[in-house]
Amino acid sequence: MIVAALGLLAVAGGCFVARLVMGPTLADRVIALDGLVITLVSAIALDAARTGSPLFLDGMVVIALVGFVGTSAAARFIEERGG
Amino acid sequence: MDELIAGVLGLAGAALTLLAGVGVLRFPDALARMHAATKATTLGLLLIVVGAEFQVTGGSTKLALVVGLVFLTTPVAAHLVGRSTYRAEGVELRLDEADELAAAEEAGGTHAGHDHAPTPGTPASASSSWRGRRR
Repeated sequence: MIVAALGLLAVAGGCFVARLVMGPTLADRVIALDGLVITLVSAIALDAARTGSPLFLDGMVVIALVGFVGTSAAARFIEERGG
Repeated sequence: MDELIAGVLGLAGAALTLLAGVGVLRFPDALARMHAATKATTLGLLLIVVGAEFQVTGGSTKLALVVGLVFLTTPVAAHLVGRSTYRAEGVELRLDEADELAAAEEAGGTHAGHDHAPTPGTPASASSSWRGRRR
């Protein structure tokens, strides 16, 4: 069941990657990358639930924080650059 | 029993994340895509983490911490991306004529990013429905 959920997450990640490649504006790519980061965090939580070990949860917290910093920095960059 | 609860919650959360991915892929402009990406993934992560709490031994504090972090940072990131999209690329108003950010920037006078003053009350045409900086 958890493996099926991981498959759904993989399809969702594929959708985000498709928007990341296509995206007409830079904001679309930033949004897709932000969604990809949260999908990765969800996948790590699901994998921890599958194996029962808390080994990768530290990395999950770090990825969530770095994703927020990257998204806000890219937003400031879009605003300064003007499109 | 715990495994069943974790599986059902994980499937629900993964389905919500998949809906977010389809929305990001299919929605017409940047603000609609952001709307789909932020809200659905946040709720999906909450469901997945609550399911994982039943299975993981010794990591519940970190799971709660990551939910707190994502619930705090995702709205802020969405706000920043939405404001920068408005100022840098413009936003097409399809549903209504209200443009509160333009009014706030007129009042505050900080970093006016739009080329023309907003004209509330005029009917939306193909040329006048863009707010913010024009493409």
